[in-house]
Amino acid sequence: MNTMNFPAFTMPDNSAALPIAERCDSHLARVLAAGEFAVTGELGPPKGHDPEEVRSKARLLLDCVDAANVTDNQAAVVRMSSIAAGQIMMAEGVEPIIQMTCRDRNRLAMQADLLGAYALGIRNLLCLSGDHQSCGNHPGAKNVHDIDSMQFLRMMKEMRDENKFQCGEEIPGGGPRFLIGGAANPFADPAEWRPYRLAKKAIAGADFVQTQLVYDMERFREYMKRVVDMGVAEQLKIIVGVGPLKSAGMAKFMRDRIPGMTVPDAIIDRMAGTVADIDTENKPERNAAWKAEGIRICIEQIQEIREIEGVAGVHIMAIEWEEAVHPIAEAAGLLPRPIIEA
Amino acid sequence: MNAEEKTLDVANETFVPEVVAFCCRHCAYSAADLAGGGRISYSPSIKIVELPCTGRASALEILHALEKGADGVAVAGCLPGTCHYIRGNTQAKHRVTHVRKLLKTIGLEEERARMINISAAMGAQFVAEFTNFVETIKTLGPSPLSGETGITRTGSQP
Amino acid sequence: MIVAEQKPLNEIKAMLEGCNKVLAVGCGTCVAVCFAGGRQEVGLLSASLRMSTDIDGAAVDIDETIVQRQCEKEYNAPLEAELEQYDAILSLGCGVGVQSLAQQFPGKRILPALNTKFMGYPAEHGIWEDRCQGCGNCVLHLTGGVCPVSRCPKSLFNGPCGGSQGGICEVDQETECAWNVICENQLRLGLFDEMMEIHPAKDWSSARDGGHRRIVREDVRIPDEEKA
Repeated sequence: MNTMNFPAFTMPDNSAALPIAERCDSHLARVLAAGEFAVTGELGPPKGHDPEEVRSKARLLLDCVDAANVTDNQAAVVRMSSIAAGQIMMAEGVEPIIQMTCRDRNRLAMQADLLGAYALGIRNLLCLSGDHQSCGNHPGAKNVHDIDSMQFLRMMKEMRDENKFQCGEEIPGGGPRFLIGGAANPFADPAEWRPYRLAKKAIAGADFVQTQLVYDMERFREYMKRVVDMGVAEQLKIIVGVGPLKSAGMAKFMRDRIPGMTVPDAIIDRMAGTVADIDTENKPERNAAWKAEGIRICIEQIQEIREIEGVAGVHIMAIEWEEAVHPIAEAAGLLPRPIIEA
Repeated sequence: MNAEEKTLDVANETFVPEVVAFCCRHCAYSAADLAGGGRISYSPSIKIVELPCTGRASALEILHALEKGADGVAVAGCLPGTCHYIRGNTQAKHRVTHVRKLLKTIGLEEERARMINISAAMGAQFVAEFTNFVETIKTLGPSPLSGETGITRTGSQP
Repeated sequence: MIVAEQKPLNEIKAMLEGCNKVLAVGCGTCVAVCFAGGRQEVGLLSASLRMSTDIDGAAVDIDETIVQRQCEKEYNAPLEAELEQYDAILSLGCGVGVQSLAQQFPGKRILPALNTKFMGYPAEHGIWEDRCQGCGNCVLHLTGGVCPVSRCPKSLFNGPCGGSQGGICEVDQETECAWNVICENQLRLGLFDEMMEIHPAKDWSSARDGGHRRIVREDVRIPDEEKA
């Protein structure tokens, strides 16, 4: 692939913008506004309709995160809706960041569902394009993509700050005042474009972004340097994705099969090395060793990431392993989470 | 023809296949001539159709031969790289491959169509190749087609 | 041009159930150019169907013909005189051709032998790629000549998603990331400002979403008084 040469760019002035905690009424916003290093987690809703499955996961995240994402038909596999699961989680005491993709809803459904979500007390939103349905369990579905994630961010900003529907009509009683988030993948291609895309998301209306899982610190540092130079980090809270690896196989899978993920050899070697002295038949011990090393690596990464200029927090993604979040947060020195009055 | 009848036929040698052989003038046909001149006999099953080049045979013509009741169709051209018209035999090979795929969708065995490459000097090989093909067709048995279908009417503007 | 491909033989055979005599009608325009419905394809399909139904023990008689352009009633008109003897017409035209025949000969069942796919580009002999979905509001001047509606599976308007890797789309290893190409083109053509512009939500009412579409050109129409 040819390297693309982009012209220099600096963020337009946004000194007139309200401080983040005044734009909306979210606990996460208050944590970020206070300059605290934010910690977010993630909860994947169940494939069925049993609320207890949401509650049990929520309990694992309680008191170790400032807020937790609730995914929306992630990987294009049908699960309980993000808004419903988010509300169940909220009742357990964990603040939700609901996710919504552009894949499944048009602008009418998005606005309607978000008015409803706000009415139910949800205050944080992550605006995503969405994984293509061909990789999920309903590949024959029609995808929507009425608007894209950039237009979605802009729509939410205008609903909140200008009290307008996407069509321009006024929203009676004012618009929903969400803390608006987007996603960022520092390692996708074209690589040179990614800092500019982040800038564009900030301009469109994102208050914060969460990045895809970061394992390659070198590359991530370079990316953050460009982001800071452009002035993006001053206008956007950047929360960095981290996640404990469960096995050497998982590490390799992520490196080879997930678009936009890089996992350095050093990490693959560490994961492989940690079971070197364990008999291949001894699955329980191997799994335990991998998990322990995976958690260790995650903790080290969090500590490194805290030192990078422009980073406002971490997003701990312990996929189907929510039990790992508490020990990671604790060992990384992130507990207790700050209590900030509304 | 059911399977039992086919086996009986093969065993009794009462099935004499009808095999159409599209042969290019420059190589395969000349090889056939050479075989004839050398008194090397080959199966009367083989009905030779002389073409200037195997590239002249379209997929449609190959398929029509089978529709009209041929038990097998061979397209015999020059050795690869030596086609008198440069690419005729390459195109023919491509078309035979396509016809073989079509045969599978139709419900016929793809082995009933075959591409053969041979040079003008190869009289003995001509006989060997075609004897082999006729044996293959004998094993497959007679074509299940009635041979009575076909175009009765075509009208066209372009 | 309009690009179509033939349905699988078994699917077409299933449509012929109950028919004894069918007329296959090809088209000499778009589908001939993409080798789906021209004279040779009509011949191959008809022979395949005759042979296959013969093997099944219920041979269907398939006659063959072709018209210059199946979407124009003047070209189809001469067929009318002979339709009586056929149980159905098997059209090898694009979706427009099939519907034109249906409209023109309402007493006859018209069966589609092709699946019409897209307005496409012949990338090389034998390969066609979707280039236009007829959204009705072209923005190719902004995207360096690459269409995000037809070439991006998510129809994004503001740059590549996070799944773009090595210039390839996350959906399919064989597919270029359209936005990767757009970025290259925009940079080369000095359209950086356009890249940073938040392209607003598309008005899809000009596309199929807005309802059945029709174009009326008064400057081209024959005035009523001149019509026969």
